[in-house]
Amino acid sequence: MLIIRCPICGDRPELEFRYGGEGHVARPAATEALDDQTVADRLYMRTNPKGLTVERWRHVHGCGRFFNAVRDTVSDFFVTTYKAGEPRPDLDALKKEAVR
Amino acid sequence: MADIALKEPALRRSVFDGLPLASKAAAACALEPLPPATRLAVRGRPGVAEAAAAALGFPLPTGVCQSAEGGGRAAFWLGPDEWLVIAPEAEAATLAPTLEQALAGVPHAIVDVSHRNVALTVSGPRAAYVLNHGCPRDLSLSAFPVGTVSRTILGKVEVVLWRTGPESFRLECWRTFAEWVVGFLNEARREFE
Repeated sequence: MLIIRCPICGDRPELEFRYGGEGHVARPAATEALDDQTVADRLYMRTNPKGLTVERWRHVHGCGRFFNAVRDTVSDFFVTTYKAGEPRPDLDALKKEAVR
Repeated sequence: MADIALKEPALRRSVFDGLPLASKAAAACALEPLPPATRLAVRGRPGVAEAAAAALGFPLPTGVCQSAEGGGRAAFWLGPDEWLVIAPEAEAATLAPTLEQALAGVPHAIVDVSHRNVALTVSGPRAAYVLNHGCPRDLSLSAFPVGTVSRTILGKVEVVLWRTGPESFRLECWRTFAEWVVGFLNEARREFE
């Protein structure tokens, strides 16, 4: 079982968590002025990279908080987690760190 | 409007009535239903924790997975802004208004969930082992010492697990899940029969 580090509670088994989609997808201002394609892209198009990706997770059977996590989609390794609202980490720097 | 008066008071049945709680495995792990209680789900800003002391007699715990108790009441930390307060059933009508008064001026929400949950004690030398059949948490005394309380998962069910002693836990689950929880724990402790 994966152990995921909740930024509030600490290390917890993965069963207590729920996936919450890609991280840092911000709702743009003045959506009424956007054209349909831009809105559709924001709603439905996700990056789906091979390698490090930033995701939202929720400690649903624990403290209930959403947080962000950097996960490697190849190895399923959680590189780091941080509280919601904190800036996106530098993935290139994390990538170098992850090659150990 | 028709005048409806009950000749006899309505019967109150516990959800545990008729469930197989006695077992030959009780020496290793015993299940015992706890009496109905007053339960309040409290949410609010950090100031809530100290302000609640006026109503509860102690502040709400603010450390991760901490509990506080006193005067027959207990408060559990469930999240950074979420607590579960448990008190004797006799306080059902008075605790929420008292707490409401104590928290006036601090943004908060109090919801009475007394009848949503039921509780049972899981105790015995193999209690943690039996719970670990469905609970992925490390329940060793070093990782989950006495007084620790946590919302977690047992099989398919979300539970609130409070360690009340080295070999005893209070397990809170939703009322409609009680039958499933008892069945699951019975299955888990069958090896000790």
